[in-house]
Amino acid sequence: MSAEERIKAEDIPGTFVFNGRRSRDGFPLNSMGAALNDEANQASFAKDPEEFMERFGLSNEQKEAVRARDWLKMVELGGNVYFICKIGVSDGIPVPQVIAEMAGKTPEEFAAMMRNGGRNPNG
Amino acid sequence: MAELVAGIGISHVPSLARVLETDRTDSSPDTDFLAFHEAGEWIREKNPDVVVVIYNDHGSALSLEFVPTFAIGAAKKYLPADEGRGRRPVPDFPGDQDLSWHLIDSVVPEGFDLTVCQRLDVDHGLSEPLVSLFGTPEEWPMRVVPIAVNVVQQPTPSAQRCFDLGKAIGRAIASYPEDVKVAVIGTGGMSHQLQGQRAGHINSEFDRMFLSKIVEDPDALTALSNMEYIDLAGSEGAELVMWLVMRGAMDATASAVHSGYRVPISSTAAGVVTLENPQ
Repeated sequence: MSAEERIKAEDIPGTFVFNGRRSRDGFPLNSMGAALNDEANQASFAKDPEEFMERFGLSNEQKEAVRARDWLKMVELGGNVYFICKIGVSDGIPVPQVIAEMAGKTPEEFAAMMRNGGRNPNG
Repeated sequence: MAELVAGIGISHVPSLARVLETDRTDSSPDTDFLAFHEAGEWIREKNPDVVVVIYNDHGSALSLEFVPTFAIGAAKKYLPADEGRGRRPVPDFPGDQDLSWHLIDSVVPEGFDLTVCQRLDVDHGLSEPLVSLFGTPEEWPMRVVPIAVNVVQQPTPSAQRCFDLGKAIGRAIASYPEDVKVAVIGTGGMSHQLQGQRAGHINSEFDRMFLSKIVEDPDALTALSNMEYIDLAGSEGAELVMWLVMRGAMDATASAVHSGYRVPISSTAAGVVTLENPQ
């Protein structure tokens, strides 16, 4: 069995492998995230998020996920973690909190899990 | 002739340098950090004229509009990228255009199709390991050649391809006629996952295996597929393939000087290894 055949993306639990289809679907959302590196864009987003999301052509589902700050949903809809984290940065939400919420934990619970060696690969 | 004086594999997690700085002044320093501190002292003593840094961009300078599989800087200098909170307050990184173009002229004809960037902002993927190793001087004591690898959007280059690129870089450095001391730094990892329900994934057993095999048996690491890296090391831990570029540049018989591992730094495992070619 070749290395490519031993495990496939869909076999990896709790993981959204960022492949071409996700990158294509997520392009508006990720482009918006990239724009939020810029301070002026952060201000525009804070002032009128609907207009800002419209500017990048987010789908209705993506807009709803952004409104709810539902990070896991954003990833399901093609968001890449590095780009959607910039929405959090723009909000003043620390990156570890974004990650914790994706895992269904509070920041405190997540930090405690990490201090205890992280999520065990076998469970 | 140029001399390859050091190879380093080191994580680039954004809080690493700060954590190391705190530990340095701590009354009871953490023994897990010893190898990180020693690696910094060691490379500063080696005093390389130029460091080739293998890193990845995190949506800072390269967005998803353009995703080069491998990109190389060929600029006079590189500015720290604005990752959303202003540019990092570190000096600009002076480039080494002569070495950049020598690398380009050497490895592209060998079949490694690097994207050439004459302007490139560099994010924490590059700056964090340099600050971790060299501190924050008024001016960097060395020049920098950045090589960015796509480890974000599949299909990413395989571990084997990264290793082979490293070998080509090693040959190119060996043929560089200038009398300069060069270090190659592979960044990223160790195991971590920042997305999905499995976020927080750490696989210390894999990381320790990687730290050992990267020295003595890199072929065991190049045999793994991208999906195996994601499965074992986590979706972001898969960036460990960048260490294999560094390993490829070093001699097959290079030996380890330092090796260290710590869990966690923020939400990731962190590691360091330093390699030296036989005299």
